[in-house]
Amino acid sequence: MNPRKALLILVPYMWLLALFLVPFVIVLKISLSDVELAIPPYTPTLDISAGWAGLKDFLSQLDFENYVWLTQDDLYWKAYLSSLQIAVVSTFLTLLVGFPIAYGMANAPDEWRPTLMMLVILPFWTSFLIRVYAWMGILSNEGFLNQFLLWTGLISEPLTILNTNTAVYIGIVYTYLPFMILPIYSTLEKLDGSLLEAAEDLGCTRTTAFWLVTLPLSRPGVIAGCFLVFIPALGEFVIPSLLGGSDTLMIGKVLWEEFFSNRDWPVASAVAVVLLALLIIPIVLFQRQQERQQEAEK
Amino acid sequence: MSEPAPSTGPSVFAPWNDPAERPLIQFQNVTKRFGDFTAIDNLTVDIYAREFFALLGPSGCGKTTLMRMLAGFETPTEGYILLDGSDIGSVPPNRRAVNMMFQSYALFPHLTVSENIAFGLKRDKLPKDQIAARVDEMLRLVQLQKFAGRKPHQISGGQRQRVALARSLAKAPKLLLLDEPLGALDKKLRTDTQFELMEIQETTGTTFVIVTHDQEEAMTVASRVAVMDHGKMVQVDTPDRIYETPNSVYVADFIGDVNLVEGTASAHHRDGKIEIHWAEGKPPIVGTPMQPIADGTRCTFAIRPEKVHISKEHPEGKSNIMQGKIIDIAYLGNISTYHVQIPTGEIFKAQTANTRRIERRKFTWDDEVWLWWSETAGVVLTG
Repeated sequence: MNPRKALLILVPYMWLLALFLVPFVIVLKISLSDVELAIPPYTPTLDISAGWAGLKDFLSQLDFENYVWLTQDDLYWKAYLSSLQIAVVSTFLTLLVGFPIAYGMANAPDEWRPTLMMLVILPFWTSFLIRVYAWMGILSNEGFLNQFLLWTGLISEPLTILNTNTAVYIGIVYTYLPFMILPIYSTLEKLDGSLLEAAEDLGCTRTTAFWLVTLPLSRPGVIAGCFLVFIPALGEFVIPSLLGGSDTLMIGKVLWEEFFSNRDWPVASAVAVVLLALLIIPIVLFQRQQERQQEAEK
Repeated sequence: MSEPAPSTGPSVFAPWNDPAERPLIQFQNVTKRFGDFTAIDNLTVDIYAREFFALLGPSGCGKTTLMRMLAGFETPTEGYILLDGSDIGSVPPNRRAVNMMFQSYALFPHLTVSENIAFGLKRDKLPKDQIAARVDEMLRLVQLQKFAGRKPHQISGGQRQRVALARSLAKAPKLLLLDEPLGALDKKLRTDTQFELMEIQETTGTTFVIVTHDQEEAMTVASRVAVMDHGKMVQVDTPDRIYETPNSVYVADFIGDVNLVEGTASAHHRDGKIEIHWAEGKPPIVGTPMQPIADGTRCTFAIRPEKVHISKEHPEGKSNIMQGKIIDIAYLGNISTYHVQIPTGEIFKAQTANTRRIERRKFTWDDEVWLWWSETAGVVLTG
């Protein structure tokens, strides 16, 4: 390999090393430590001046106690499971909302498309927190939604939406919708119109052509969109803590409480490491799917 | 379509000359407008069963619109299109006994070769074994049995073209439409495939309508060629008649190479021939008009380069003789085209077959040569 190429490849690897691998090793180390009332709030700490003996002593103090603890208290696996459930359901809901929007955009007249694209991206221009707070204003008992529904006479007393899982679903679907729309839109937009004409020519109605041609060919976009929503939704913290109730159990929230309420950094780190391990599975699947798609497009 | 191939009797296949023959497709005063633009302009034409009918013309002449109306993707603004005697104007594409082979082939990338071919058959809810048998038959027809399990991106361009053909033929349509079917192939493969297409057309007995901008392709495959311009069919005729007796300057100029000379007609002394006075102080050109022309009519004399003879000596006893100087030679291997400038400045093209090796060529640049052609070699056009 020539040095120029090596240099080019070095940049992303350095990036990964500095921003992923080093922090991860630190977190992993903390997860193997014991909690202590000190600064930092865990032990042992590595003393390099002690030399080889110091390192040996340091390593001997690390153990998997915290991971064992995660399996003993059912709070943790319940939180993982509930996060998984919320992430799966909200990914599915995002797909249900996002696909028709992407389909509509892809079939809109050419001159409309940049505007529609802008509208999808526009919410990113305001702070994420402000938008979630706005949802609190909409969904609360005295919020706009309830006021509107009361005014139309559809309901006689306000619905309790805020601080329930429903509010969390609404929040996640709303927040991650663009990540679902954009990849689906890009596959649908590339779809060769003559394929649909060919399907019609061979005896399909418009509807069957959609099921037999459009849908299977939009699969790469659907898969990419689902991963882009599922992965961040699984570890989501802000949305469940602001919109969810006390019974909304998500691992992101548990993690936050371990760190900041209990100040138990080692257990929190263990929770984070397990979460990462859980996320690696879908990320690897996603990568593999992307590779396969690239191969097919050659 | 499992009808036998047309009988190879002494009679030539020419149903358009037989008044008893009923056309398969009839366009009756069809007009198609897109907003202000008239794509098809009051067009009437009959296409007969088992014909290989070529629509030829430059881009934007309306040939693709015509084909899309046959497929059902466009509906005529005015007029009727009859298939087998019944109006198909409002029949959607999925209910027509018409299939189309797309220019881009439009193969479904997520399906294998055999699934692509089976696609239309499955829509007809045929039993599985019948579908399998038909797919097999189609794969054999286009010689792709070995590639049945491959996806479209795993086969070559020529093979994709054949899959597209097999898929469009699988449902045994009454009419097969081919939109620039060979446009994406290289020249050698295209020539081979042209003959294959003709063979398949003959064995299946299907009526083919092909859209092309390649005149050579149209001439090779078609039983009749329609030359189109601005939404009208300028001439509909057999390839040889299109070439030898074009009915207008447009057709003469569009098909092949041609020398065009404008002039004024006057009657000639014998058998209906006329004289065309085309330049001051030049002997008139003697030609044969296709229909009688009144004295003094402006007309164009058209003659193909290969009908212009070229020699170093003055040809004795010939008519239409001209002297000039070779200013350019286009060597094409099998033939050479000489560009000869006559003293008044006009350039005539003369073509000869290179039956001898090039070292022994008789003419070279700046040679003074004589050109001549017989009185029946060219045509006189008024359109």
